[in-house]
Amino acid sequence: MSYAVNGGRPVFAGLDMDIPRGRITAVMGPSGTGKTTLLRLITGQVRADLGTITVAGQELRGIRRADLYVLRRRMGMLFQNGALLTDLSVFENVAFPLREHTDLPERLIRQLVLTKLQAVGLRGAAQLMPSELSGGMSRRVALARAIVMDPEILIYDEPFVGLDPISLGVILRLIRRLNDALGITSIVVSHDVHEISTVADAVFLLSGGKVVARGTPQELQSYPSEVVRQFIGGLADGPVPFHFPAPDYFGELLARSEDA
Amino acid sequence: MKLIQELLESLAEALVGLGAVMRFLLRLVAASPRALLRVDLISQQIYNAGALSLVIIMLSGLFVGMVLGLQGFQLLQRFGSEEALGTAATIGLVKELGPVVTALLFAGRAGTALASELGLMRATDQLSAMEMMAVDPIRRVVVPRFLGGVIAMPLLAAIFSVIGIYGAQLVGVQIMGVDSGSFWSQMRGAVSLSDVNEGIVKSSIFGVTCSLIAVYQGYYAVPTAEGVGRATTRTVVTSAVFILFLDYLITAAFL
Amino acid sequence: MRKSRTLDLGTGSFVLLGFAALFFLTTQTTSRGISLASPPHYDLTAKFDNIGDLKVGAPVSMSGVEMGRITKIAFDSKEYKAVVTMRIDARYNQIPTDSDAAIYTQGLLGGKFIGLTAGGAETYLKDKDQIDFTQSAFVLENLIGQVLANFTKSAGGQSDSGKSKADAPAVAEPKPTEKTK
Repeated sequence: MSYAVNGGRPVFAGLDMDIPRGRITAVMGPSGTGKTTLLRLITGQVRADLGTITVAGQELRGIRRADLYVLRRRMGMLFQNGALLTDLSVFENVAFPLREHTDLPERLIRQLVLTKLQAVGLRGAAQLMPSELSGGMSRRVALARAIVMDPEILIYDEPFVGLDPISLGVILRLIRRLNDALGITSIVVSHDVHEISTVADAVFLLSGGKVVARGTPQELQSYPSEVVRQFIGGLADGPVPFHFPAPDYFGELLARSEDA
Repeated sequence: MKLIQELLESLAEALVGLGAVMRFLLRLVAASPRALLRVDLISQQIYNAGALSLVIIMLSGLFVGMVLGLQGFQLLQRFGSEEALGTAATIGLVKELGPVVTALLFAGRAGTALASELGLMRATDQLSAMEMMAVDPIRRVVVPRFLGGVIAMPLLAAIFSVIGIYGAQLVGVQIMGVDSGSFWSQMRGAVSLSDVNEGIVKSSIFGVTCSLIAVYQGYYAVPTAEGVGRATTRTVVTSAVFILFLDYLITAAFL
Repeated sequence: MRKSRTLDLGTGSFVLLGFAALFFLTTQTTSRGISLASPPHYDLTAKFDNIGDLKVGAPVSMSGVEMGRITKIAFDSKEYKAVVTMRIDARYNQIPTDSDAAIYTQGLLGGKFIGLTAGGAETYLKDKDQIDFTQSAFVLENLIGQVLANFTKSAGGQSDSGKSKADAPAVAEPKPTEKTK
């Protein structure tokens, strides 16, 4: 799926993105640039003030709630912390969209759920409760839930946060495999530059409400921009300053010692 | 004059809050018909709000009834009307103590549970996830909890009153020596259906109020640990104030 | 979903308990209590000029013993009287046909009730019979009116409170003849 985004809010001013269909696209940027807001714009949880957002050929502006819900069924989203429903078992969590949106017989639901769990390697954990899972495992379950309705677009919101290297590698592998096997469009929001660069086909770098760089991971390595360089290189100081704005250092120190 | 300005500001804020809660109520009511189809969800919530509160309600009812028996006996003894204890206890419980105390306890036990549950779901993105999966969280999660509370409250209040009456009887008849026959017959003579109705109306209205406040606070809680905690305390405080205020209104209306 | 059975059991029990409590409150504590098995009874009617604030559900007693309740109050538009229907427990089936029904007040300021005074007839009242001898309720306003009327009549000067007091018992509510317990 491809779509053009041209949001207009103090968060974004004149944002223009074209996300290619069938590929893995990474959206990166420093903390607070509104990456999550971008996701919410795409899923229609938030409305843009100006401009257009087209998802899978459907214009989001002025869309009715019912149509939005229909559109959302073609998308799958993986939240930062998995967001599994805590009162349901793993199996029930994955089965949730099926039960809510379809009238499939129990037998068929069971097969679908187990298949998806198998794809993420957690079929054996089907009867566990979310509280019994590790962070990596719950995220994989959430992934199984996200794909259970065979969506056309998969969105990952910071999927690598807080994972150990092994789990991280697992998720990465799954993102790539699912994308290729299911022919879907994947959007990954992350700031793990190196990890995501290994699987992404296209990268957008956001900063200050605009796209400051776009291209393949390789192109971004040698991008002629201070902002990009700092981000990619993980430099402590640069266009994003190290010091939070503060009055003169020595002045403050001396003043303090005076009323001691 | 800054004080007046601040007062007006808080007043305006309160009105805005009230309006928001009312609009939320409308949303809940609008979503109810389809939510009612999921009897299993509602029945689970009735269990959570009602059956799990049974122990504290019954214990409280017993003790309140017993105190009522003691105090009532002492007071009536001064006028030589100890036999009227049955009447006094029943009317006191059915019209006032039953609905009000039950509602306060409900707000403390079930209300906080509702608020923190929803707040936690908000904080862990479960509600957003549901929206993303094209499931209306209001219909699936909030309305069943709201209806569960609304249904459970009047039942709990009735149980409280009944146990209270027996508690008063325990103290009055068994311990203080009031004649059992008089206890019940005087009560039957003096208590009317409209008294009981008043109690039922009160507890129903309290049920709606407490459940509404609880689910509202939880649903709109700030998605942090602190936010959930604040939502919980605010549930109890706001519920208590409204219960007592509405108690006066309803009592006056029934006069 | 295994635990749903115990859950449903719990919920069902709770709801049942709740409704039982409501049922108890509405029936066992109020004067309109429905005894679950209605004992055998028969109905009598009586016509009054003025029933005051006599209510449906008020007791009917004779010699201080409660034997029934008022079940219906209607208006006879031909005779301009109130028609009261009483449901009497079948055990008390020996009320003479010339008995008298009067409306009394419970205590000093209580509700109204009907008291029956036995007549001397040899036949007894049966179901659907009418009691012909009735006395209306004591209405406070009428008493005050009469006192004032008497007062102004003897307004030759004596603000004789003693006199009005003497009048009062004459028009006061008829008390039951026996005050024994």
